[in-house]
Amino acid sequence: MPVYLDHNATTPLDATVLDTMMPFLREQFGNPSSPHRFGRRTRAAIDAAREQVAALVKVHASQVIFTSGGTESNNLAIKGVAAADEPGILAIGATEHPSVIEPARALAVHGWRVKEITVDREGRVHPELFRETIAARPRLVSLMYANNETGVIQDVPTLASAARSQGVVFHTDAVQAAGKLALDFPSSGVHLMSLSAHKINGPQGVGALVVDKAIECRPLLHGGGQERDRRSGTENVAGIVGFGAAASLAIDQMGVRTAHFMELRTRLESALRAIGGVAIFGAGANRLPNTVYFGLRDIDGETLILGLDRKGFACASGSACGSVRHEPSHVLRAMQVESDLAIGAIRVSFGAGNNERDVDDFAAALAMEIQRLRPPSRRRAV
Amino acid sequence: MAYSDKVLDHYENPRNVGSFDKGDPNIGTGMVGAPACGDVMKLQIKVNGQGVIEDAKFKTYGCGSAIASSSLLTEWVKGKTLNEAAQIKNTQIAEELALPPVKIHCSVLAEDAIKAAIADYQSKTAGGDDKADAA
Amino acid sequence: MMKRPIYLDYSATTPVDPRVADKLCSYLTMDGDFGNPASRSHTFGWRAEQAVEAARADVAALIGADPKEIVWTSGATEANNLAIKGAAHFYSKKGKHLITCKTEHKAVLDPCRQLEREGFEVTYLDPESNGLVDLGKLAAAIRPDTILVSIMHVNNEIGVIQDVAAIGTLCREKGVLFHSDAAQSAGKVPIDVNGMNIDLLSLSAHKIYGPKGIGALYVRRKPRVRIEAQIHGGGHERGMRSGTLATHQCVGMGEAYRIAREEMATEGERIRVLRDRLFGALKEMPEVYVNGDLDHRVPGNLNISFNFVEGESLIMALKDIAVSSGSACTSASLEPSYVLRALGRNDELAHSSIRFTIGRFTTTEEIDFTARLVREKVNKLRELSPLWEMFQEGVDLSKVQWAAH
Repeated sequence: MPVYLDHNATTPLDATVLDTMMPFLREQFGNPSSPHRFGRRTRAAIDAAREQVAALVKVHASQVIFTSGGTESNNLAIKGVAAADEPGILAIGATEHPSVIEPARALAVHGWRVKEITVDREGRVHPELFRETIAARPRLVSLMYANNETGVIQDVPTLASAARSQGVVFHTDAVQAAGKLALDFPSSGVHLMSLSAHKINGPQGVGALVVDKAIECRPLLHGGGQERDRRSGTENVAGIVGFGAAASLAIDQMGVRTAHFMELRTRLESALRAIGGVAIFGAGANRLPNTVYFGLRDIDGETLILGLDRKGFACASGSACGSVRHEPSHVLRAMQVESDLAIGAIRVSFGAGNNERDVDDFAAALAMEIQRLRPPSRRRAV
Repeated sequence: MAYSDKVLDHYENPRNVGSFDKGDPNIGTGMVGAPACGDVMKLQIKVNGQGVIEDAKFKTYGCGSAIASSSLLTEWVKGKTLNEAAQIKNTQIAEELALPPVKIHCSVLAEDAIKAAIADYQSKTAGGDDKADAA
Repeated sequence: MMKRPIYLDYSATTPVDPRVADKLCSYLTMDGDFGNPASRSHTFGWRAEQAVEAARADVAALIGADPKEIVWTSGATEANNLAIKGAAHFYSKKGKHLITCKTEHKAVLDPCRQLEREGFEVTYLDPESNGLVDLGKLAAAIRPDTILVSIMHVNNEIGVIQDVAAIGTLCREKGVLFHSDAAQSAGKVPIDVNGMNIDLLSLSAHKIYGPKGIGALYVRRKPRVRIEAQIHGGGHERGMRSGTLATHQCVGMGEAYRIAREEMATEGERIRVLRDRLFGALKEMPEVYVNGDLDHRVPGNLNISFNFVEGESLIMALKDIAVSSGSACTSASLEPSYVLRALGRNDELAHSSIRFTIGRFTTTEEIDFTARLVREKVNKLRELSPLWEMFQEGVDLSKVQWAAH
């Protein structure tokens, strides 16, 4: 069995979550909009799951809009808020996920001006710099809670409060943060927050947008009027139930898991330092406990990763999302990482099933691959 | 929609379903509502020489709450004088049947029906003998 | 022993076929292929991608398409939104006029309304009284600035099958794109996107024994049809629809479509026999009206109005069977079905309509029970109905002056 070290791309479904989903793939199949018994049962299951997801970020259930995933949630937040306003400035972080960058670009066609919020070499947005951004009066800011590649955590409560105090709408993509950090929507000051189930051992194909109801967010999908007219389409009942169960699991396990991840991360990072010639990105910043993103000079990350896969280790060479381009990630570019280091970037992201042995075996395999791939003349040069 | 047990009981076992001869001078007929609105109630009362409602029958085209409202009403008006029957309020019916807000109109219709039946009876007897007024 | 209530609402949704459930469950957990199909760097991702592509081929095969023409979506609602808004936005320089029909699903009508708010113009055709679109009226509605015609293949409420091949030919001749919502037809009626000249076709999984939360849009490649993405991001689905693909959902839809392709003919015949058996038992009652054309109709649908019986009380009387009195999406409101009104049915008949939809797991025993129950309850409610009494007395109800309230 290969060792899976790519949990920021997707996580396996937890077995107990699957158990809660199974009845909704078998006998509990009614359309939640149907008034008869079959529909009432699935409607009740959705209501219960909504409470569970709401609890993950400490909001009222009515603030949760279920979607088909994090990408749709980000699209809904950005385009939905934009549709309710006149075109203006839209400020997004330089290291955002494509599902924030691309909707923002799409809005540019409709007269919106997209401003990038720069990050420092550790991938952080600085509060002072951010205040300048706010001073330009954007209509909407979208800044991710934790980065999918580096794991770097932004100080969202501080930034969101700065935006809110100036009447600027603040959206955060918390897809990677959920389940790994304690999230408190009401006290964080954000207006909109995107979540995804499959990053927290729930099923793929379901996510949520959490909204501050004072904010107008127009629907992306029309017809049918589900989710109180905020997101039409027959509900993915099994997926939503699974999301709810995964959210509850995340609340229960968060403390244990983050401590465990932190141990694994420390262990891996000291092994990497022992190997030598390895740069850990965002090392000086607050990072997700499960993510280690590092670069190797003079080694092509793709080649290395294929070698690791053959040895039974699955990790990522950057963002997993649809990228076939062989170029340094925009995240590392924004952090001003030199390109010969950036093309050797490898991301290890831990999940519930990983243990110390996985880390040790991976480090050993990595060392061997590096030995094999590094040009002889450079082997000693660090 | 969740119905109360009382609505279900009247719906499953409606009381006093049927019709009297409309032409009978002792019969008052009230027909209210409209098919296009989704409910039509026909309530008939049989009034004796003392102005007391001896018997009542109904037919209703409508939802369960409409059927229950009219069924309940036939039970209530029996043995009442016309004046007493005219005092029945829709709120009493709604309360007895625990009707949800969207179904309050059913009880309103029932109140309209008994008033219409009484008026019909009185219009038949008006100008004739005064027995009804003696009550 | 029959399980109650008996499920006769297969047009609202269907149970997942056990074969589909078994297969999709092996794409979820650690011991299965749970990977992100967009992960290009390891076996987990490649295996997930292979599964998604195999499923895509199964979906394509059912409608005679190339797998490259299938774009996964979260369901038919998203597919309809993507097709209509996506095509309208892309071709808005060519023209700003669309044509659809009043009996379309809300997932078509509501995106059209949205486009109207954005400055597009939409013609909503009236269907004939049998629910079918008149080709001549459609042809007459096409203008030089018309960019898209959207006509559903099979109606969700009344089950009538539109002549999409003729509509497709007409649209092709006039140089107008043709979109069809096939959520209710895929797997029940043969579809050939090339033979029918369909440019965009919306598909759903959960209406044909697949999982909820997954669907697809067919987008023609030759001649190439362009749409503007509605969900932007990682550039999945060749840029037309971003978002991590839910592997198990795609696998489930693929398996459901594979089974449908293999079993459609025999299953359709079996269901037709059950439908005709139910109809045979009900049509002996007086004042029973079938809504929509009976010949051009999917086998599983029977939509009937029981005159002089009110719809909600009928549903209440039929609590041992799960049926619909209109579209599942709107039946929470007390409005009569807009589809039946568009056919010219009066409100009373619209109110008293019941949609029975029969499917894969319906048995003869269930049909016979249903027929008995419906007859008994309709008779009971008619005994209660003042309108029925008046009808029998020969009163012309249309001439009665009703007191408004």
